[in-house]
Amino acid sequence: MNGLLALVLTAALAAPGAAEPGWAKLPGNPAFRSVLAYEDTRDGVRVRPFELMRTPVSNGDFLAFVKAHPQWQRGRVAAVFAESRYLQHWAGALDPGAASAQQPVVQVSWFAAQAYCEAQGARLPSWIEWEYAAAADETREDARQDPAWRERILRWYANPSSRPLADVGSQPADVHGIHDLHGLIWEWVDDAGSLLMSADNRDQGGADKLQFCGAGALSAADRENYAVLMRTAMLSALQAQDVTANLGFRCARDLAGATP
Amino acid sequence: MRSIRALTISAALAAAGLAGVATAADGATKTGPKAAETVHAVLTSPPQVPPPTGRNKPAKVVVELEVIEKELPIAEGSTYTFWTFGGTVPGSFIRVRQGDTVEFHLNNHPTSKMPHNIDLHGVTGPGGGAASSFTAPGHSSQFTFKALNHGLYVYHCATAPVGMHVANGMYGLILVEPPEGLPPVDREYYVMQGDFYTVGKFREKGLQAFDMQKAIDENPTYVLFNGSETALTGDRALTGKVGERVRLYVGNGGPNLVSSFHVIGEIFDKVWYEGGTHFQENVQTTLVPAGGAMIAEFKLDVPGSYVLVDHSIFRAFNKGALGVLKVDGPPNLAIYSGKEVDSVYLGDKAETLVAVDTAAKSAAAGTLSQDEQIAAGKALYAGTCSVCHQDSGAGLPGVFPPLAKSDFLAKQKSEDLIRIVLRGLTGPVEVNGQRYDSVMPPMSQLTDDEIANILTFVRNNWGNQGERVRKDEVKAVRAATPHAEGAAH
Repeated sequence: MNGLLALVLTAALAAPGAAEPGWAKLPGNPAFRSVLAYEDTRDGVRVRPFELMRTPVSNGDFLAFVKAHPQWQRGRVAAVFAESRYLQHWAGALDPGAASAQQPVVQVSWFAAQAYCEAQGARLPSWIEWEYAAAADETREDARQDPAWRERILRWYANPSSRPLADVGSQPADVHGIHDLHGLIWEWVDDAGSLLMSADNRDQGGADKLQFCGAGALSAADRENYAVLMRTAMLSALQAQDVTANLGFRCARDLAGATP
Repeated sequence: MRSIRALTISAALAAAGLAGVATAADGATKTGPKAAETVHAVLTSPPQVPPPTGRNKPAKVVVELEVIEKELPIAEGSTYTFWTFGGTVPGSFIRVRQGDTVEFHLNNHPTSKMPHNIDLHGVTGPGGGAASSFTAPGHSSQFTFKALNHGLYVYHCATAPVGMHVANGMYGLILVEPPEGLPPVDREYYVMQGDFYTVGKFREKGLQAFDMQKAIDENPTYVLFNGSETALTGDRALTGKVGERVRLYVGNGGPNLVSSFHVIGEIFDKVWYEGGTHFQENVQTTLVPAGGAMIAEFKLDVPGSYVLVDHSIFRAFNKGALGVLKVDGPPNLAIYSGKEVDSVYLGDKAETLVAVDTAAKSAAAGTLSQDEQIAAGKALYAGTCSVCHQDSGAGLPGVFPPLAKSDFLAKQKSEDLIRIVLRGLTGPVEVNGQRYDSVMPPMSQLTDDEIANILTFVRNNWGNQGERVRKDEVKAVRAATPHAEGAAH
């Protein structure tokens, strides 16, 4: 059954895509080695083929969304879905002001990001999907063993965040045709709420492990991969209604005809 | 789609539920023991230390510490994105008293890129507070602890990856005073060592990025006091006066190196090693572990510039671990006089003293040439002057001014130069565009011959050009110099 499904999907991918320009197809990986140690996946996590937006959602995109869905406008959104600083860097509810249309939208809650993607008939990527996509560089699907890949990510951390964000898509595309997975913003993922890094990251299991037992991520498998640990630490520090000045998102979707 | 919905709803419920619990708890269990008095802790930026608590009973102390990520100078012309507690490296100094109940607020600035937390080594409890203080940008965490043990403790960020947060400057000191307080002293200073790892080389200009591989290899680009090569030099040197007692609170943030802390020209009267209860006396150099601290006390007896170093000495002279304590006041010749020329340096360089002999004989015979003067001056310079001004004449940037190609030197007349050697030079001077504010002690123990030879050498070396200086010129200036008689030996 699984074999048959894989065959079908491979065939779908091989067909010349009439894909929309904003989306990139990713082939997936039957045994992706995640930086997180999942309890039930010692031999890697299966990442099914999926589509991911080539760039993060921009202020321009998000403005169109809140115009069409007024319940997500600043000042009208339910407090439980977005904290008081939601879109606070915009001049008004329908006016991005100094935030340019091409900059990535930030100061958005998980709920708002999720609603945006749903409105596009899409969803937020899972952490594994995001991590799998972000393992690529310009020439390789998985460049994580290359110190240059890691250095590039760390360089972003060294940039003070007082500087304005670059426009989306201004960094070169990776091997999948996707931009800005690193070096621009943090991005929400669908299962951000279950990325339970221990609040004290020096714990190597122990008592807290039980507390998080039902959730996906228990602890980090690859402790040397500081760059990715930063992302999980960041996401696990946030509640779904929180926003920050460096946190945006992009959407993912299943391939047409794929089994959910 | 269904699973996303489910998550949405459960997350919303969880948020609402948590808010409800917090409200109930505020009124009931969270208030803690009743404290007689609530005070707000005074926090200071390095090298300053808050005043003693001055309390004879415990209080509830509220500490508000802000995390800010900011670009700051790491060396002249080089910057680095430090992650800071309170906007400085090291972070703000916190001072409480044993028995105090400390209500700690950690505020992560909204412009921060990273989540942060804090582990205070003075806290008894899981993670030293780290388990309760994980804080996203634009958020604030609160936890309360009782300061059970007195001593000087390091605090630091413990968010993943811990090494990188510490390497970026996220550490500081918290002093828990014993119930009786600490004996009064005239001056207290806060100095903390750290090692830094940049992609660019030492002193490379511009914004420098963190180098993870160098950090893992424990191969720092910089080893610094108070987060910058110039934090404790020039105008920012520590100061004191002869006769005063000084107490240094010295920490080491690491992340990797252990410090062999030493002050050149001082002996610590007392060292509370490892920041603990007991002190050792008469200490030259003391180890400060990474993630540890110590307290040193000493009396200032002799004026001059005292250089703070990590005596793993390449770190001091090649990686930046230098600071200056500038002491003003009258010289005390009974304690410090004459030693400099006689002992160590001359022994090492005895061979070259032939030139000094030759010059002395020629001078007596009245046939002294400029070349003989230069050769003798070179040997004398190596014995007396090179300790500070260096064999190369380049000095130490920000600490000891250069003599090589020195515009300052070129402007001085012979009698001015003689006067500087005889009387010393204190206070700001500008040399080759850089400001120096140090103390050069009087060198009046040198004979007229010696001074004439040294100055002739300096004036005719390293690209300097000037007339030779004659013995009788020195004699004339010395006669007009008030300290001359007492200083000569």
